[in-house]
Amino acid sequence: MTSELDYPAIAVFVFFFLLVTVMGFVAAKWRRPATLAHIDEWGLGGRQFGTWITWFLVGGDFYTAYTVIAVPALVYGVGAYGFFALPYTIIVYPFVFAVMPLLWRRAKDGAHVTAADIVHDQYQSRGLELAVALTGMIATMPYIALQLIGMAAVIKALGLTGEIPLVLAFLVLALYTYSSGLRAPALIAFVKDIMIYIVVLVAVAFIPLKLGGYGAIFSAADEAFKAKGSGGILLAPSQYIPYATLAFGSALAAFMYPHTLTGIFASKSAQTIRKNAMLLPAYTLLLGLIALLGYMGYAAHIKVTSNNDVVPMLFKTLFPGWFAGFAFAAIGIGALVPAAVMSIGAANLFTRNVWKAYVDPNISHAGEAKVAKITSIAVKVGALLVILFLPTQFALDLQLLGGLWILQTFPAVVFGLFTNWFRAPALLAGWASGLAVGTYFSWMDGLKPLHTLVFGDTKITLYVGLLALVLNIVVTLAVNALLAQRKPVISTAE
Amino acid sequence: MPKSRPSPLWFLLLLPYLGLLIVGLYNRAAPDLFGFPFFYWYQLAWVPITSVLIYLVYRSLPDDE
Repeated sequence: MTSELDYPAIAVFVFFFLLVTVMGFVAAKWRRPATLAHIDEWGLGGRQFGTWITWFLVGGDFYTAYTVIAVPALVYGVGAYGFFALPYTIIVYPFVFAVMPLLWRRAKDGAHVTAADIVHDQYQSRGLELAVALTGMIATMPYIALQLIGMAAVIKALGLTGEIPLVLAFLVLALYTYSSGLRAPALIAFVKDIMIYIVVLVAVAFIPLKLGGYGAIFSAADEAFKAKGSGGILLAPSQYIPYATLAFGSALAAFMYPHTLTGIFASKSAQTIRKNAMLLPAYTLLLGLIALLGYMGYAAHIKVTSNNDVVPMLFKTLFPGWFAGFAFAAIGIGALVPAAVMSIGAANLFTRNVWKAYVDPNISHAGEAKVAKITSIAVKVGALLVILFLPTQFALDLQLLGGLWILQTFPAVVFGLFTNWFRAPALLAGWASGLAVGTYFSWMDGLKPLHTLVFGDTKITLYVGLLALVLNIVVTLAVNALLAQRKPVISTAE
Repeated sequence: MPKSRPSPLWFLLLLPYLGLLIVGLYNRAAPDLFGFPFFYWYQLAWVPITSVLIYLVYRSLPDDE
């Protein structure tokens, strides 16, 4: 990519960045509570977000900056297979609609802040609570690092070199998250999402005009994949099961992450969540269109050294500097919202399920808020150090494993909403076996998301996270059945 | 609030899973729509369809706010 400084683009970028920075600090005064020194206020925005705020917040938090860069990059690299993000982000919503209002109700009634709080309340097991909390924290760290990769890609496209711009951007983010808590990303999400909608609508309307229409774009991609000899704009039959299992497994994992759950718990009511399950698919439509930017890269004949440069390069090639700057600002700010919510989600887990559980059980509300604020900074600094000092591939590998791990908390978090039959030791055994075997398979496969099972002559290749979840559930059921036989009534908890 | 039987409309929410996870159903180029091969517009079409299905179930629920 060219490293020439693009002044109009930089000016627009800096303007929007300053705008959201001011908003981030002002957010502390938005819908001002009596005190911010309470984890419900700092970490959940006072549990009062209605339909529209939740829509912007969860939309801005779930469809991250990294998505805008990485999904088209994957589609550019492999074609149709990279499109699995679309079915994934459709089938997630019937699940959200059916399950998340129940989880919200538990959190509201018990004044819980995290999924691990709910698990502890249901099973009275510190072990299971810690398992859920640690998994959430560890899975979130690489996710924050990925947001930095997205931001680094647009900073590079502006022609800025070195790590100082990235460090500066993150420092600002850390400071306003510290002072305003969840209100900051909630307010900034409005700006970010409106910008992203403008960028994508302009892109999908004007780029095809320049490139000869959608038909021409798909043909150009088709020819490029044929010339390359790999990938294609349709799936190979061997990709059907990987495609379906990646979509399904990702959909089950999506709302187990602390950042998405934080958005759920911050909602005002169960109805707010149900309405959002109906309205959030608008972002999926956007994602589907964003994914096609990958094919537009072929039609525009752009040359990239890394697939992650496809989107920035496409905007630089096809649009004037100021609009490219606007698009990059949208993506850059798009990294701030999820990074803030993720660090808040991880901080809430640490505060409630590690600090309060093991260090200071009698901690005050103000004390909780303080611990959470400091943790949110520590989490972000950790992610920044990973990006600055470790190879990018490390964050990507860890993110892949993080998805597998977080999926293993599904039985502990969800099953208890529907039945009281399960016991903590069984869920813990299932979690541990899913985690261990899934990680082992993934490791042996060279940290790939797909694992091939061989039964005699038949081979099945599927998403390793889903495979681990099946094992997890089987172990949970088996151990629970044994426990139920021995101790039919009493809870086995501490 | 007394718990009533769940509405059979809930089954509608299984349709997106069937429609999207049976990949062989839609991995085709034809018929295309506005230049989009079938594979792409079929999956994009499930976005509004899913919203409508969720709305139908939503409408059948009592308001618990």
